[in-house]
Amino acid sequence: MSKEKKPKKRKAGTLTKREARMGYVFILPWMIGTLLLVIYPLVRSFWFSLNKIKLTPTGMKMTWINVKNYTDIFLEDPDFITNLQSYLTETLLSIPVIVVFALIIAMLLNEKIHLRGFFRLIFFLPVIIASGPVMNQLVSQDAASIPAMNVTMITQLLNEYLPRMFAEAVASVFSNMIMILWYSGVQILIFLAAIQKIDTSLYEAAKIDGGSGWECFWKITLPTIKPMLLLNAVYTVILLSNNEQNSIITLIYDTMFSVNGGYGYASAMAWMYAVIVTLIIGVVALLLIGRKDVYERRAKKYQRELRKQERLQRQIRRRGMRNEKSSEKSSEKNAA
Amino acid sequence: MKRAVKRAVKRMPLSKMAGQKNAAGTQAATIVPSRKGAFKDRFRKFLFGTKDKEGIGKQTVIYVLLICIGFVYLYPLLYMISKSFMPVEDLIDSSINWLPSRPFLDNYKNAAKSMDFFKTLRDSILIAGIPTLLNVVVCSFVGYGFARYNFKGKKFMMGLLLFSFIIPPQITMMPTYVLYTDIGIINSLKAFVIPALLGQGLKAQIFILIFYQFFRQVPQALIEAAKIDGAGHFKAFLKIAIPSAAPAILVVFLFSIVWYWNEAYLTQLYVVGQYATEDALSSLVVELKNFESSYSSASSVAGSQMMDINESIKMAGTMLSILPLLIMYFVLQRQFVESVDRTGITGE
Repeated sequence: MSKEKKPKKRKAGTLTKREARMGYVFILPWMIGTLLLVIYPLVRSFWFSLNKIKLTPTGMKMTWINVKNYTDIFLEDPDFITNLQSYLTETLLSIPVIVVFALIIAMLLNEKIHLRGFFRLIFFLPVIIASGPVMNQLVSQDAASIPAMNVTMITQLLNEYLPRMFAEAVASVFSNMIMILWYSGVQILIFLAAIQKIDTSLYEAAKIDGGSGWECFWKITLPTIKPMLLLNAVYTVILLSNNEQNSIITLIYDTMFSVNGGYGYASAMAWMYAVIVTLIIGVVALLLIGRKDVYERRAKKYQRELRKQERLQRQIRRRGMRNEKSSEKSSEKNAA
Repeated sequence: MKRAVKRAVKRMPLSKMAGQKNAAGTQAATIVPSRKGAFKDRFRKFLFGTKDKEGIGKQTVIYVLLICIGFVYLYPLLYMISKSFMPVEDLIDSSINWLPSRPFLDNYKNAAKSMDFFKTLRDSILIAGIPTLLNVVVCSFVGYGFARYNFKGKKFMMGLLLFSFIIPPQITMMPTYVLYTDIGIINSLKAFVIPALLGQGLKAQIFILIFYQFFRQVPQALIEAAKIDGAGHFKAFLKIAIPSAAPAILVVFLFSIVWYWNEAYLTQLYVVGQYATEDALSSLVVELKNFESSYSSASSVAGSQMMDINESIKMAGTMLSILPLLIMYFVLQRQFVESVDRTGITGE
């Protein structure tokens, strides 16, 4: 059967098929690269994580230990859990700080001001120079906190009013304020580009209807740039999770070449970490996608109502028909 | 009373833009009751502006905010510059905050000597430049393939692309290291070149997406016209798509070079090697990473010619490692700052 069909199909799609083949040719390098440098290492690292690996002069010696690496992370290793905790609190605190800050700066830059190019230049500068070692040097020199801010006082205040774990995280956010702000260069530009693309006639219309700037922001600017909000939040998570300032990353690096860690244990750590990062991204995405437009929600509600009514009507019709039938039958019976 | 109104109208240049009639109307409504109200109204307009013109107050607030935040942004950089010119006495002297007592260039000399500046600079340019060029070529190629052609499993592959962007590099790092060791490209530039050739260079996923976005905007009719005129698939790509993608190429080039330049860990792991020998490749950022140890070894070789390490020298080293990037940034600032607009990330 398939043989009969084949020539027909071929004739219909020669051109599209040839096009498709060219498409494969174009992405071929990437496909090979993905198989060789993404999929294969992923599988292999999962395999590593289930083994105890010792480096010997003749090569790697693997012993199968099942999930012991994973259980060790939680039961035996004190470092990973504590680092994870600080990473989680710091990241969850930094994301809103970075995104909101970037939005504010983008709004300010969008005003009609002189020297706009100059300010944009300043705010984008960190993207160029902020590499791991440079940041490390600056943090070790205490150049990372805002000069006019009395960090120790803030820390004391926080310690008094907040539970300890939380206070520490907030304090570290404050003491590394500049570094956190330095991570928002790309986000500012993305927001700025999005804001500048908003149709100005929308604002004019709002003004005519008597809307204030505040209202315009909440009802026009924010809903329009909402997709960018999601993009920026996800970008921020990835940026914070993959930079060398991150204590977990350093931990994984160190474990890789340490005596009692090794590739296997480090792989298990990396996998755990990846799962957690993915979870965070998922949560962020859910938070920002979940809330739909008011109008959309209302329209959906209306449609649901319509469908409900339709169903009801159908039901009534069906019931009516049934009644008719039964009445016919009964009348027939009566007639009989 | 009438004179007061007249004067108020005369002194009201701010609301001129709003159209004479309208402005006069509102003024008459608000001003007539008393002179005090007029002053208040004018003051309010002066500060916060009308709906058509910004007031001075609002402008000032914006400028003050921007300048403050700008200062905070530049603070580490200024700190670095100022510290790097200070001699040891100035570091100890608590009366000296920003301006060094005399410009002291020995910090830079010492840092440059320990980093072996000119050789390392050349190496850095090689390490960042060659993979970047390959990145541009391969990513544009792949991005064109994604944008122009329809084929089975395209959606799945785009998903795979995004997925490979999201996974932390630490997962794949160890097996990749083992793989590179097995095929013998570790500790050489090949360890960066080959992934770049296969479209898996540093953050190549973003670049592929940028090209994908860009090539989708190239009108299909143009390419079809070229085809009718007898151009093949590759010729159409080279003669039509590539010339129109100049802004995207520039963006990818700049960002790729910056990211390769700033990547310290992977460079050390794959290219430089754990125990680098004298003539091995090395980049400025890697040198900065190991600054203290390399400085101590360099100073032990040089004997008493070099000073003991201090904060100023470290800052000078940091400054040296970002200096090439800073120069590039200030020369090509427009291209950097407008990059996001050009890639059209915010288009759809």
